[in-house]
Amino acid sequence: MEHITKRFPGVLASDDISMSIEEGEILALVGENGAGKTTLMNILMGIYQQDEGRIFINDQEVRFRGPEDAFNAGLGMVHQQYMLVPNMTVTENVALGYKQAWKPLRLDLQMVRDRVLEVSSHYGLAVNPDAYIWQLSVGEQQRVELVKTLCLGARFLILDEPTSALTPQETDELIELLKRMKNELSIIFISHKLNEVKALSDKVVILRHGRVVFSGQTADYSSSEIAALMTGHEIVLPENRERSFNGEAALEIHDLKVRSDRGELALNGLSLTVHQGEIVGLAGVSGNGQRELAEAINGLRPVEEGKIEFFGVDIHNKSPYYVIDHGMGYIPEERNIEGIVPSFAVKENFILKDSDNKRFSLHRFLRRVEINRNAEDLTRKFDIRTPDTATAAGSLSGGNIQKVILAREITRAPRFLIAVYPTRGLDMGAIEFIHQELLKKRREGIGILLVSEELDEIMNLSDRIAVIYKGRIQKVLEHGKANKRNLGILMAGLEEEGE
Amino acid sequence: MDIIINILSMTVPFSVALLLASIGEMFNQRSGVFNLGCEGVMSMGAFVGMLVPFIAGQNGALSNGWNWLGLLLAALMGAVLGLFFGVIVVTFRAPQGIAGIGLQMFGVGTAGTLFRHFVGGTQSIPGMPNSPLPLLSKIPFIGPVFFSHNMMVYLAFLFVPVAWYILFKTSWGLRVRAVGTHPRAADSMGINVNRTRYEALALGGAMAGLAGAYLSVCQVKMFSDELIAGRGFIAVALVYFGHWHPVKIMLGALLFSFTQTIQYNVQGLGIDLPYEFFVMLPYVVVVVVLAFTSRNQTTSPTSLGKPFNREIRT
Repeated sequence: MEHITKRFPGVLASDDISMSIEEGEILALVGENGAGKTTLMNILMGIYQQDEGRIFINDQEVRFRGPEDAFNAGLGMVHQQYMLVPNMTVTENVALGYKQAWKPLRLDLQMVRDRVLEVSSHYGLAVNPDAYIWQLSVGEQQRVELVKTLCLGARFLILDEPTSALTPQETDELIELLKRMKNELSIIFISHKLNEVKALSDKVVILRHGRVVFSGQTADYSSSEIAALMTGHEIVLPENRERSFNGEAALEIHDLKVRSDRGELALNGLSLTVHQGEIVGLAGVSGNGQRELAEAINGLRPVEEGKIEFFGVDIHNKSPYYVIDHGMGYIPEERNIEGIVPSFAVKENFILKDSDNKRFSLHRFLRRVEINRNAEDLTRKFDIRTPDTATAAGSLSGGNIQKVILAREITRAPRFLIAVYPTRGLDMGAIEFIHQELLKKRREGIGILLVSEELDEIMNLSDRIAVIYKGRIQKVLEHGKANKRNLGILMAGLEEEGE
Repeated sequence: MDIIINILSMTVPFSVALLLASIGEMFNQRSGVFNLGCEGVMSMGAFVGMLVPFIAGQNGALSNGWNWLGLLLAALMGAVLGLFFGVIVVTFRAPQGIAGIGLQMFGVGTAGTLFRHFVGGTQSIPGMPNSPLPLLSKIPFIGPVFFSHNMMVYLAFLFVPVAWYILFKTSWGLRVRAVGTHPRAADSMGINVNRTRYEALALGGAMAGLAGAYLSVCQVKMFSDELIAGRGFIAVALVYFGHWHPVKIMLGALLFSFTQTIQYNVQGLGIDLPYEFFVMLPYVVVVVVLAFTSRNQTTSPTSLGKPFNREIRT
C-alpha cells in the first residue's frame, strides 16, 4: 500500500500511509482505538475506496471496487464487528460467500456444511454448523468468523483483533495456528495486546491518528517501547493493592437456574456472594453464562429457580425498574445496544434512568437547564471527548460511549455495580481511566461484580476471583492465589492440578 | 352445510390477490425494502391486465390466451414499477415509507386516468373461465372448496411452496435474506446489496401487478377505481402478520378472506346489525391479530427500511 489517504466527514482517517508485507510474513498493525487501523484494512478489502494512494499485489496495481474483487485476489478479513447474519445458521453464513455451492436452482448447503466441518476440525476451531448466529456468544461468533474466512480459501488473511474473545489457552493455540499457517499465508494482525504482537509478528507497524509513526522488525523492540510509541506516553494500569475490606454481603445468589435464548440452562445452580467494598472478578470464556447472569440480576431475564438477595431483599424476577430503584448500577455488555440510546444526545443518555427524578423533571416537563448543567458537569469530570453534549451518543468512539455509561451509573450513587466486559475493545488510556474509577468506587465501600475475559484486568482489580464454567462457579480464588495458568485451566473446565 | 361450503369456496379464490401481493411484498421486505406502493402497483396491474382482453374482445377475439397475455403484461408492468421504486429508495436512498405512499398514489391515479382514456366507463369482460380439476373437484366438500376455481387460483397456491424454496433453498434467497438483515455482512462477503434489492423489488412488483390483474381478469372481471380497495395495504400488513414466512402469510391471507366472505354472506342473511359493521370486520381482525402476534426479533429482517450505504460508518 502506498500513500493511502482516506477522509471521512470531519476526520482524516488515513493520512498518507504506506506499508508492505511479504509472502509468509505476519505483520502486526498496532495502534489505539480510532488510530485508523480498521479503516485502513477496510480500504484494503475494497469496502471503502481510498481518496488517494495505490495498492499493489505481487507488483501489480489492483483497484478493488468491492469486497468481491478482494476475495478474488485471495484476501480475507475477520472483522472486529462480526459480519454475520444473526438469523441465519453458521452454514448459511459461510454459504453467502461460498460460490461453489451456488447451483443454478439449488443451494448446496450440505457441501458448505461439509466444508465447515472439514475446516473446523482441521484447525481445531469448534463450531456447530447448524446453530443460528443469534444463539452464539461473542467468543463463538469469533470462531465462526475465522472458520468462514478460512472456508472461503483466503491466502492473505487480515485479522482485526482476533483474540479479544479468547481464553489464554485459546489465544496461545491461535498464535500457534497462525504461525503454522504463515507457511502458506500472509497475515496482517491488528491488535493492541503487545504480548501477542511480540509472540506472533515478524514486522510491526504502529498507527497513531491515521499516520504511521513507526514501522520495523518486531524482534528489535521491547513491548514497552512499542507501547510508548503507540500511546505517545507511558501507561501504568492501576492495581488493587489494598487489603480487602470485610463488608456485609451485598449480593447473594443461591442456586440460580436461568435459561439462555436457546432454551438451555445457561446458569445451572450458580451461587455467588459479593460483599460491600470488594471487587469480585468473574472470569470465564464468554458464553458460559455471564450474559445470562448479569441479565437475571438486573431483571432482564426470567429466573427459573433460585434466589437473588440484594441487601436482604429478594430481587429475582422483579422488573428492571425495581432493581434499579434498589440501588443497582449496571454497565452492560453491549454498550451500543443496552448501554445507551445511540440516537439520543449525550445529555439525554445521562438521565435515562432519572428522567422522572425531581432534579430533572418538574410536573413531567424536563428541566433543560439542570440537564445541561448535569451533562457539562459529567463530561468534564469524566473527560468525555464530544463536540458538545447535544451530540448523538452513538457517534462517539467506544471509549467515550463507555465513559458516558460509567458516568451515568456511578453518579447515580449506586449501592452496587455490575460491570460486564467494561473495557472490551477500548484503548489503553480509556482502560486506565475505567480501572481507576472502579477502584475508587470500591474504596467508597461499594461492591462490584466485574465480568471480564481479560485475565490481567481481573487479576489487577479483584479481591476475589470466581471462575465460571458452563453456568456454575468452578472455583473462587483469593487475590494473589490466582495466576494466568490456574485461571486458564479452570476456565477450560478442568479441575486444578496438584490439589 | 351449504352455507359453510359456500363461504369456504369463496374464501379460497378471494384470498388469491392478497396471497400473490403479500408473497411478493415478503420478498421486498426480506431484502430490506418495504413497498407501501403495493396498492398502486396492483392498480396498474389490474388496469393493464383488464385492458388486453378488453381490446381483444372489442376486435372480436375471445380466446382465453388474451387473458393470460393480460396477466403477463400486468406482471411486467409491476416489475417495471418495482424497479422504478428501487431507483428512488435503493439508489437515491429516499425514505421508503414516503416514497411508497407516492407510488401508491401514482399507481392508483394513473390507472384511473388511463382507464377513462382507453376504456371510458364501466365495462365488464368475460374474464378467466373456471376450470374445475377433473376428479378432484368431484370430491364432496373438498372439491368445491379447493378444486373448482380458475387456473390462477391453483397456480397461486402452488407458488407458496415455490416461494418457500426460493427463499430458503436457493442462493438468491440466501442473498435476499442476508441483505435484509445485515447488509454490511453481505457486502463484506462480496454480495451486491443494491442489486439484490433491485431483484427482489422487481419480483415483488411483478407479483403485485399480477395480483391486481387477478382481481380484474379472474375475480371481478372488470376494472374500477376502487377495485383494489386497500388490498395492497392489507398485503403489507399480512407480511408482518405472517412473520415473513410464505406459509404463515398464506394462512393470513386465507383468514382475512374468510372473514370477508363471512361478511358477504351474513349481509345476505338479514341480521339486524349495521352493514358497516360487517364491512369493518376483516380489517378489525387484521389489526387485532397484528397486535397479538409476537415480535420475534430473531426472524425479522432487522435492516428493513434502512437504505444501505457502504461508506457510512456505523
